[in-house]
Amino acid sequence: MKKQNIVLISAICMVIVFVLGSYFYKNQQLKKLGFMAKENASTFVREYSLTLGSDDAKVYIVEFFDPACETCRDFYPFVKNLMAANPGKMKLVVRYAPFHPGSDYFVKILEAARKQGKYWETLEVMFNSQPYWASHHDPQPQLIWQFLPQAGLNMEQIRNDMNDPEIAKHIEQDLADAKTLNVRKTPEFFVNGKPLPSFGYNQLRELVETEIQANY
Amino acid sequence: MPRLDQTSNSNWTILFICWLIASISTLGSLFFSEIMKFPPCVLCWYQRICLFPLVLILSMGLFPFDKSVVKFAPPLALAGWFIAFYHNLLYSGIIPENIQPCSQGVSCTEDYINLFGIFTIPMLSIMAFSIIGVLLFILKRRLSK
Repeated sequence: MKKQNIVLISAICMVIVFVLGSYFYKNQQLKKLGFMAKENASTFVREYSLTLGSDDAKVYIVEFFDPACETCRDFYPFVKNLMAANPGKMKLVVRYAPFHPGSDYFVKILEAARKQGKYWETLEVMFNSQPYWASHHDPQPQLIWQFLPQAGLNMEQIRNDMNDPEIAKHIEQDLADAKTLNVRKTPEFFVNGKPLPSFGYNQLRELVETEIQANY
Repeated sequence: MPRLDQTSNSNWTILFICWLIASISTLGSLFFSEIMKFPPCVLCWYQRICLFPLVLILSMGLFPFDKSVVKFAPPLALAGWFIAFYHNLLYSGIIPENIQPCSQGVSCTEDYINLFGIFTIPMLSIMAFSIIGVLLFILKRRLSK
C-alpha cells in the first residue's frame, strides 16, 4: 500500500472512531440521565428546592445557576418568557451552583429573602445590579447591600436569616447534586431530566417544545 | 538497492507510529474535554501545548520523509514528558498539591478516569510522550548511522 494511503486511512479511521465514540457516549449519558430522572428524581428536585409554576405541569425545567454568573442573568428573562408562553405546562425548579468564589453569599441572601416571600423581587434586583457587584467575575459581597432595599426587604431580618445553617446545608446538597449530574458550567438546564444537546437559547426552547408536545 | 530501501521504509514506519500515537492522544484528549466535558486543568493545557503541534510536525516529516523531523519534534516530546512527569507526581501524591499553581479553578489531581486502577489521564499522557520520545530517539540513532 502506498504510504499516503496508510496515513489517510488511519486518519479517517481515527476520525470515525472519534465521531462514533461521541455519539455512543452522548446516547449513554442521555439514557443514564433519563434513568436518574425516573429513579432518583430527588437529584433533580430536592424537597427544599424553590419551584415556580403550576403543580400540574408535566414539563419540569431544572436550572442550576449562580447569582454571580452573567449568562444566568442573560437567561433569566428568556426562561421567564418561556414560562409565560406555556402557562400551566411548565414548572421551574431552581437549584444553585455557586461556582464563583464567594457567590454562595448571594445565594444565602436569596434564600433569606425567600423567607420574606420576596425571592423573585430580590433575584431581579440582584441580576439588575450584577454588573456592579460582580464585575470581572469577582463578586464583592458588601456591594450588594445598597441595592437590596429596592426589593422591599426587611434588611435586619435578612442579615439574621442568611446565616441559617440550614441554607448552607442546602447549598452543599445542591453542589453535590450538580456534581452527580456533571454540571460544571452555569446555567445548566435539565428538561424532564434531559440535558441540552448543546448550549443556547434556541436549544433550550426546542427541548421544552419537544417535551410539551410529548406530554400534552 | 533493496537493503537501503528496507531501512528507509522502517524509518518511515517508526515516524508513522509516532504520528499515530500523537494523533490518537490528541483526539483522546479532545474527547475528554469536548465530549465528556472534563475541564482540562492548567498542567493538562501545558501538556496539550506540546502534544497538539506534534501531530502537525510529525505529519510534515512523513511526506516526503524528512530527516530534520528528529531535530524539531524531540523538544516538544521532551517538554511534554517533563510536564506529564510532574503531573503524575502530583497526582500520586508524591508532591503535595498545595505547592503547585492550579489550586483555583480546576484541580490537577481530580480523578476523572481511572481504568484498571493505573490508566489515569496523566498516566496516559506520560505513556504517550514516553513512547514518542523513545521512538524519536531510536530514529535519530538510525539516521545518524
